[in-house]
Amino acid sequence: MIEVIVSIFLIFGAALSALGSFGIMRFPDVYGRLHAATKSATLGVISIMIGVFLYFLIIQGDFVGKFLLTILFVFLTAPVAGFMISKSAYNVGVKLWDQSTQDDLARDMKKYEKKQGSNS
Amino acid sequence: MLYTVANICLVLMAISIAILFIRVIIGPTLSDRVVALDTIGINLIGFIGIIMLIQNTLMYAEVILVIAILAFVGSIALAKFIEGGVVIDRGDR
Repeated sequence: MIEVIVSIFLIFGAALSALGSFGIMRFPDVYGRLHAATKSATLGVISIMIGVFLYFLIIQGDFVGKFLLTILFVFLTAPVAGFMISKSAYNVGVKLWDQSTQDDLARDMKKYEKKQGSNS
Repeated sequence: MLYTVANICLVLMAISIAILFIRVIIGPTLSDRVVALDTIGINLIGFIGIIMLIQNTLMYAEVILVIAILAFVGSIALAKFIEGGVVIDRGDR
């Protein structure tokens, strides 16, 4: 019974990772690729590590805290890395996809610069 | 049954890493390559986890933690590098 649960966790995680890499191959610009990369790959790795943790806890009888530490670390740091990469890509001038219709950051930065100019 | 499933998942992760490596090679800008390298680092964690389950050993637990930390620090350093060329600053440049 526990083998079925561990297998479900492993297949879910591997399928999400493969889906994320297909998304990286298929999306048209950097920002869409970041969505595909950070969300699905992070959830896939967390699911795989939960499966491995349950295998070693119940079948082998070892409580391994390093797996829980890995889950916490990936859950905390993968969105931070994705945010830093997207911010640097926007600052260095990587173009959006030519069919995307909304660019809120450019509008807000223009508004902010206008406010700074009126203050000084 | 569990080992068959684990081997299938290992093949899936290998296909995923191969696709990401194609994106590292053909990526149009430098940011695409950094995204793909960061995702390769995250996928390697799951890869080594499945290898631990197949070989039934606990020897690779530290390897997982080291790869997670190095992937995070490398992504942050590359993002800062392609933005300004200054990796460590005090926020006053």
